[in-house]
Amino acid sequence: MTALELQGLAKAFGGLQVTRSIDLRVEPGERRLIIGQNGAGKTTLFNLIMGEIRPDRGTMVLFGTDITTTPPRRRAHLGLARTYQIITLFPKDTLLHNVALSLLALSPLRWNPWLRFERHEPLQQQAREALAAVGLGHLAERPLAQTSYGERRRVEIAMALAQKPRLLLLDEPFAGLSIDERRDVQALLFAIPRDVTMVMIEHDMDVALDLADRISLMHFGEMVVDGTRSEVVAHRRTKEIYLGE
Amino acid sequence: MKRAAQGLALLALATVPLWAGGSFYVNIMSQVLISAIFAAALDVLVGYAGLISLGHAGLFGVAAYGAAIALGAGIGHFGAIAIALVAALVVTAIFAVLALRTTGIGFIMITLALGQILWGLAYRWIDLTNGDNGLSAASRPAPFGLSLASADSFYFATLILFCIAIAAIAIFTRSPFGASLRGTRDQPRRMTALGYDVWAIRFFACLFSGFWSGVAGILFFYYNQFVSPHALALSASAEVLLMVIAGGSGTLLGPIVGAALVVAMKNVASAYIERWNFTLGAIFVLIVLFMPEGLVPGTARLLRRGSIALRRGAAPAENPR
Repeated sequence: MTALELQGLAKAFGGLQVTRSIDLRVEPGERRLIIGQNGAGKTTLFNLIMGEIRPDRGTMVLFGTDITTTPPRRRAHLGLARTYQIITLFPKDTLLHNVALSLLALSPLRWNPWLRFERHEPLQQQAREALAAVGLGHLAERPLAQTSYGERRRVEIAMALAQKPRLLLLDEPFAGLSIDERRDVQALLFAIPRDVTMVMIEHDMDVALDLADRISLMHFGEMVVDGTRSEVVAHRRTKEIYLGE
Repeated sequence: MKRAAQGLALLALATVPLWAGGSFYVNIMSQVLISAIFAAALDVLVGYAGLISLGHAGLFGVAAYGAAIALGAGIGHFGAIAIALVAALVVTAIFAVLALRTTGIGFIMITLALGQILWGLAYRWIDLTNGDNGLSAASRPAPFGLSLASADSFYFATLILFCIAIAAIAIFTRSPFGASLRGTRDQPRRMTALGYDVWAIRFFACLFSGFWSGVAGILFFYYNQFVSPHALALSASAEVLLMVIAGGSGTLLGPIVGAALVVAMKNVASAYIERWNFTLGAIFVLIVLFMPEGLVPGTARLLRRGSIALRRGAAPAENPR
């Protein structure tokens, strides 16, 4: 069974065709890197997969389930999680609360109007473990607003991983990080078990290429090259579009 | 410390008839508590869901009119109260379905419009509402045989409901559902991606808020033993919103303080200050200028600063070697 299969996925905003008939097939456990210039349509592709915007044409299948018309809130329950290019967290709350909120989303407990959320020990314990897994266990009680950019990136990853996704979409996880922070996040992504399939958008080739099994190059809303690392790097179109040769 | 303060506040409220100095002031305290329930109910939406409603007086008024119409039809007090609460919930559900199509300014405008429709119905549907002349009740209910006719007994009944309402809202906002609600206020897009049904969360928050607004409306009706279209007017919606903003939205104590401020200005200060409206306006301007987050969070901020400054002042100076 394929982890993710996109067929003929197209989206236009008015006269601007952002994605044009995209076909993509990602196998379970695969690490897929999507590269492309700014404006190629990479983040729009993620938004389409998450259901944040509706495609004009095409189909999306997630682990054998057609999710083309599935409401976005249901997709997380089917094993889909993402991180954002622009960090989207809850700055007034602690790191622990952020991760606990992510866990709560998939629990029937989220409808409970009388339990004390902070005192629900099993959920809080799971959140602590998820934070410890990204090396932030010691900062659990710290308000998010008092953390560094790199730490927030790791919180985003912790929130996604806490949901035990089957398919994880990472939108530029290294953006804005220092060299040390990139190394930390790279180690973190390497450590994610193979039962989680990963699709990643990234511009930083130095760190991203090591992670990827296969690479897809997007250009003006189309997948123009698809293959292994050596195939894509050696491809004429990659050199034209991405490496500027 | 917090528990001691809460205990003292409860003790002070429970002994109001002993120290308030007459039934006039006891009645004013009843008004404060009714307004506080209403403001706390609105704060569930404003402070915790980030949805500003300018039509909440409509829900308050529907419950008041529901009780009045049911009593007029010959139904007993408890039947009338049940009908009033159901009416408030049904109208809230309709409000929510229509208004939750949008957020922000759109939500404000839709709730304002819906509130105005209800006000118009109360004003013009004379066969049902008696128009501008309003509807009255001959008596107050007597739960467990205890008459609520006197100012003191009605105050105690209101105080019990006030305590239940505030406890219910406190439990609700600190619950997993309350955490989800605050999440939809801060990052609705992220909440959807995480798997939350943002619309449903907001809808149930509206119902909860509408229920307590209805309770406040019923108390208001029994307090006055009268209701007129004025209870549903835009000015009433704006007034309760001001209570929330002045006291501090997203806090439990803020709407109570805001309600006390507005009711005291309307009923007490107006006896001494002819232009009390002007004074109230000036107070709001000062709050916005110096404590934009509201009186309760603003005071807490000042106390924190003062405590830090005191600790710094008390610390021994470094030895300048």
